[in-house]
Amino acid sequence: MNNFWKILLFVLMTIVLLAGIIPPIVDNPKSFFEFPLIPGLEDKAKIIFFHVPTAWLTVIAYLVAMFYGIRYLRKKEIYDDMKSVSAAALGLLFCILATVTGSVWAKFNWGAFWHWDPRETSIFILLLIYGAYFALRSALEGEEKRARLSAIYSILAFLTTPFFIFIMPRLMIGLHPGALEIDPSTGEIKASANPVIKFQMASNMRIVFFMSLTAFTILFFWIWNLTHRILRIEHKTKQEL
Amino acid sequence: MNEFKRVFYIFYKDFSSELRMRFALNALIMFVIVAVSTILFAIGSERAPQNVYAGMFWVVVFFSAMSGLSRAFVSEEERGTNLILSLLANPISIFLGKFLFNLILIFFINSIIAILYLTLFKDFIIQNWNSFLLAFILGNIGIAGSSTIIAAIISKANVRGTLYPVLAFPVLLPLILMLIEITKSAIDGNPVNDVSAEFMVLISYDVVMLTASILVFDIIWRD
Repeated sequence: MNNFWKILLFVLMTIVLLAGIIPPIVDNPKSFFEFPLIPGLEDKAKIIFFHVPTAWLTVIAYLVAMFYGIRYLRKKEIYDDMKSVSAAALGLLFCILATVTGSVWAKFNWGAFWHWDPRETSIFILLLIYGAYFALRSALEGEEKRARLSAIYSILAFLTTPFFIFIMPRLMIGLHPGALEIDPSTGEIKASANPVIKFQMASNMRIVFFMSLTAFTILFFWIWNLTHRILRIEHKTKQEL
Repeated sequence: MNEFKRVFYIFYKDFSSELRMRFALNALIMFVIVAVSTILFAIGSERAPQNVYAGMFWVVVFFSAMSGLSRAFVSEEERGTNLILSLLANPISIFLGKFLFNLILIFFINSIIAILYLTLFKDFIIQNWNSFLLAFILGNIGIAGSSTIIAAIISKANVRGTLYPVLAFPVLLPLILMLIEITKSAIDGNPVNDVSAEFMVLISYDVVMLTASILVFDIIWRD
């Protein structure tokens, strides 16, 4: 992690924090510094800059954990397992954050903390997978066995995620953008016309949104880099003793 | 000895030792009866909406699979026979033999559950048998496949009993959700075409899980 990334993270995060909170939401935005009003979301739309990146990092962390898990299986290098487990630990943290921010948003937007919408189901499953991953790790003895079997479990559990992320939201009725809904007049299930579900971001919101994604991703890799190096040092000092 | 024979012999070994001792089977049948009667007591004389039964049917199936299917590899590990087994056959035949045994076991147990449900619950009436039976077969294959590979992971761990459902639940959930959807539609009597997307998910799940299990089993098995 060299200084370039740290400075970039500082600049991006500052802009995201300011630009994500300060600009007012108005009916007809005239200047670049005003966000358009989305019926049904209003001021609550701003949480998207912080909620979506956490959900995104939950998935990225899982992919990183699995990537290093597979690398461990190929090369049997114990440091790869440390990278894998520290990515998974961060993934669990971001998964909890995504669940909490999501359900707070759901409370104020849809009326209850939890709805079993397909996306809510899939983040819940990811939470369960992370939980099961750590439960499995604590039940296995021996460094080598723990690394090998938890890597395999991460692969097996990953195979079910395409069903949750890509297939279920399109088969089931939901509240998130891109979901299906029931037409109140005819009772048919169809692609939704609801402004929240059809949600398209304005260009200035989109800029802040992608800046936020980048900033959070850099933040993740920074923390991950620190945690797996700490694990490596702990491992080395244990060996020297 | 060719591969198919090896698979069959491993299946036959488990099958005949099961027939001799019946430790898994007797306990499982009792488990099913206890679970179904708990639901009967919970409902009492009231009438639940019909599609609740679809969910409760697969809940009982899931938990009986969780209590019965882990035996496959745990028993080898407990008796210390896994090294001899790996001398006699290659990992793929071991996995397929165990899978076959679990498949037969789960078919048997789930048929009992289905018969109990159909006779004891007045409102559990399947109107579209084609889609229910197809879902039943595909679902059993998927449950047997995923449970067998998770059982192989579990057999190496310390706390086996409680960990098994914890590990298997997220892996089995897409399957269970689709099965519940199809069963609901079978109870309502909708044609198979209405749930064709759900069937495609079931088939792809079965193929993906079995292929992946065969690929990774080698790594789990060799210590």
